[in-house]
Amino acid sequence: MSLTEHQRRPWRTPSVLPGFGVTFGFSMFWLGLIVLIPLAGIFTWAASLGFSDFFSILADPRILEALKLSFGGALIGAFVNTLVGPVVAWVLVRYEFYGRGIVDAVIDLPFALPTAVAGLALAALYAPNGWLGAPLADAGIKVIFTPLGVIIALTFIGLPFVVRTLQPVLADLEPEIEEAAATLGATRWQTIRKILLPALLPTLLTGFALAFARAVGEYGSVIFIAGNLPYKSEIAPLLIIIKLEEFNYPAATAIAAIMLVMSFLILLIVNLLQGWARRSTGYAG
Amino acid sequence: MQFISTSPRLANVSEPLTVRFLLLGLTLVYLLAMLVLPLGVIFVEAFRKGYETYAASLLTDDSIAAIQLTLLVTAIAVPANIIFGLAASWSIAKYQFKGKSFLITLIDLPFSVSPVVAGLIYVLMFGAQGYLGPYLQAHHIQIIFAVPGVVLATIFLTFPFVARQLIPLMQAQGNDDEEAALSLGAGGLRTFFSVTLPNVRWALLYGVLLCNARAMGEFGAVSIVSGHIRGKTNTMPLHVEILYNEYNFVAAFAVASLLAFLALVTLCLKTALEWRYSGELAVSRGH
Repeated sequence: MSLTEHQRRPWRTPSVLPGFGVTFGFSMFWLGLIVLIPLAGIFTWAASLGFSDFFSILADPRILEALKLSFGGALIGAFVNTLVGPVVAWVLVRYEFYGRGIVDAVIDLPFALPTAVAGLALAALYAPNGWLGAPLADAGIKVIFTPLGVIIALTFIGLPFVVRTLQPVLADLEPEIEEAAATLGATRWQTIRKILLPALLPTLLTGFALAFARAVGEYGSVIFIAGNLPYKSEIAPLLIIIKLEEFNYPAATAIAAIMLVMSFLILLIVNLLQGWARRSTGYAG
Repeated sequence: MQFISTSPRLANVSEPLTVRFLLLGLTLVYLLAMLVLPLGVIFVEAFRKGYETYAASLLTDDSIAAIQLTLLVTAIAVPANIIFGLAASWSIAKYQFKGKSFLITLIDLPFSVSPVVAGLIYVLMFGAQGYLGPYLQAHHIQIIFAVPGVVLATIFLTFPFVARQLIPLMQAQGNDDEEAALSLGAGGLRTFFSVTLPNVRWALLYGVLLCNARAMGEFGAVSIVSGHIRGKTNTMPLHVEILYNEYNFVAAFAVASLLAFLALVTLCLKTALEWRYSGELAVSRGH
């Protein structure tokens, strides 16, 4: 196993375990067939449109409005979750109370509930005669068929991303740091603001990015509560479906290509943030 | 008396009791309004017109066909992802090679793709105007607007579930057990089935659980590739949408309640696994 200077470093370190060829080959074949080739197809399709066509499609006001709503709504939803998520994670990690296990399990509901079911439930809940819709309507706030409905749905699906990203990091923080701050005369609020928040910032941003990425492409939980009025409460993924049903493949492809590029950018940012988070908290998860 | 306390480890650095109560109260109210009420409303709406109507709306031909198709698609997609997950995690976790983390990122890719875009890529590949469209038409093979398309889209969206549970666990466990088995004369397959597989069985089950829930509930991608043909390519989530758009609310919520029940069972099993086998799952606890 010892490598001399003259030997080229091999691509794979030799191992006594058998089966690398067949399992690696099968994995690559399957990955290519199911994921990589179809995904690449969308970019070759988009490329065949040419620059001017591509951008003239995206300049359509209806598409611009839909993209604005999907990205804007996702930003607001992720922002709300970045405010609420730390409180929820803090309560779940730091406090002991009866039923904590159940409350903790409930956080995963947006992951577990099929998106269409969540969408149906939110539409019923916020309908003018719904449990939450009725009191809101009395207060003069209309949720269903408005951008506000879209934001609520995108907030619903994003919460677990922020909470689940924060929880293990919070649990791993050394209490000695906080104790040191306290003995040096810091108030509790100063400790949280000056010690904990800066340490948690990269993790918090990771959660924000994950929630945002999920919300941008979300479809099922949004369409029922949104009502899908063009220029008003129509999200980008729905517009892809509408363009497809009109057999307008170029428009569908152009919207999808923009969204894919955004997802890949977010994925890259998340990876960088996670590296930063590891360095600033020492948490290796 | 301690209804709400901090863990002893943190006794010296905690907030005043009133602040703790306030934060806990806010959390509970928020979670109740945002997460629990939507779940409750499904069951209330489903049983609004009584048990008979509920049962009757589930026993229509279209509903039964939707349930059968969902089960069929899941029965293909989940095993496909188990086989891929085992193969990928074995080759990635048990060997050292260059470009490994890039490969893991590629496997995770489907999680960051919008379900609608995932459906679209298969239409562009196999649809009438797609790259393989003319060839498939000439040979009378239909993938889009048919069951194979639904299966493909479901496999795509559930692709990373099993692999991302197994890879970190297998990496943490190392190769010692396998090397011992091999040195004692076991063959490769026997080593895998009697040493590696038992070592990762709970993480595998955990991955399968999440994969299964997502496969049964997938909506956006399936919505594009299925064509919504009743009794033929309609899965349960698509059936929910059709019933809702026809203002058949009780039936829509009845079918939705089955899916919500599935989600609850998944959550319970998932929580039970996390409690019982936290050590084996902790390394892989993403989402």
